Amino acid sequence: MQYQATVRIEQKAGMLDPEGTTAKRALGHLGYEVSSVKTAKLYEIVLEAESAEVAEKKVDEMCQKLIANPIIHNYTIGLKELN
Amino acid sequence: MKIAIIQFGGTNCDLDVLHVLTEVVGVDAETVWYKQETLDGFDGVVVPGGFSYGDYLRAGAIAARTPIMDSVKKLAAEGKPVLGICNGFQVLTEARLLEGALTTNQYPKFRCHGTCLRVETKDTPFTSKFRKGEVIRMPIAHMEGQFYAEEAVLAELDENEQVVFRYVDENGKVTDEANPNGSLENIAGIVNTNRNVFGLMPHPERASEAILGSDDGRRLFESMADYITGNF
Repeated sequence: MQYQATVRIEQKAGMLDPEGTTAKRALGHLGYEVSSVKTAKLYEIVLEAESAEVAEKKVDEMCQKLIANPIIHNYTIGLKELN
Repeated sequence: MKIAIIQFGGTNCDLDVLHVLTEVVGVDAETVWYKQETLDGFDGVVVPGGFSYGDYLRAGAIAARTPIMDSVKKLAAEGKPVLGICNGFQVLTEARLLEGALTTNQYPKFRCHGTCLRVETKDTPFTSKFRKGEVIRMPIAHMEGQFYAEEAVLAELDENEQVVFRYVDENGKVTDEANPNGSLENIAGIVNTNRNVFGLMPHPERASEAILGSDDGRRLFESMADYITGNF
C-alpha cells in the first residue's frame, strides 16, 4: 500500500522561536495585534508499506534519525492511505 | 602528521583552514571530499564552516549523516583531535559527537562581526597555548549559532569544564550585550567528555594573522598541532 505521512515538527516548549517572534512583531506593524505566533515545519512523505502501522513506524524512525532533532523538537505524524 | 579538512557540498571555509594550517602554522593538511571512504593516515580532523547542503532540514543535519562522518567518529573514538568550526560545530552536534544543538539566533539575523571570547579551560588539545581567563578576539558569521541544551546537560558541561569559550565583553565579563545569538550561558564552544572533540561558532581561521585584526585563532591550531606531535 502507498501512504502519505504528514510530519509536523515544532520546537519543544520553553525554547525560543525567533521566527515566530519576528512574524508577531511584523504583524503588529500591519496593525494586527496577536497574542503569539509559533512556527512549525511540515513534511509530506509518500512511502510504500504493508500496513499503516508499518508505515508509521518507518516514518517515526525517519524522524528520530533525520527529519527532527529530538534535542530541540517535538513532532507528530499524520497518516493517510493513497489510492 | 597530517590533518584532514572535510569538504561537503556547500562547505566554504575549507581553503581558509588549509591556508592557516599549511602556511601560517606550517603543518601538513589536506582537504578530503566527503565521499572518500576512510580517514586512515590522518591524525586529526577539521570540519570547517560554510553552508553544507544549504542548511536544509537544519544547519549541519545532512552533512552529519554522510558516510565520512562514520570515519570522523572512528577517529574521534581513537582519541584523535576533531575540530568543528561554525557549520562544522553544527555538524558535530547533529552527529551527536557533541552535546546540545545550535538553533536560530535569538534575533534571527545573520551576524558577522568580531567577538570577544573568554578562555574557560586550557585543558583541551585545542587551548593549551591560551591562558585560562584570557580574553581573545575572533569573528563570528552565522544565523544558527544559539547554543541550546537541557538544564541537566548544561550543568554537566559546567561541572566537567567542557565549556571552552564564552562570549564576553572586552573586560571578560559575561553579559547579555556580549552574547551575539542568545546562546545559553553565553556558550561559544564546547568539548566532549573525552575533550578531543571541540566545536565552536567563532572562526579561528579568520583570526590567525595580524593583518586580519587578530591572530588569536592561530594558537588554537598550534595547540592542536602540538597535541598531535606530542608537544602538549
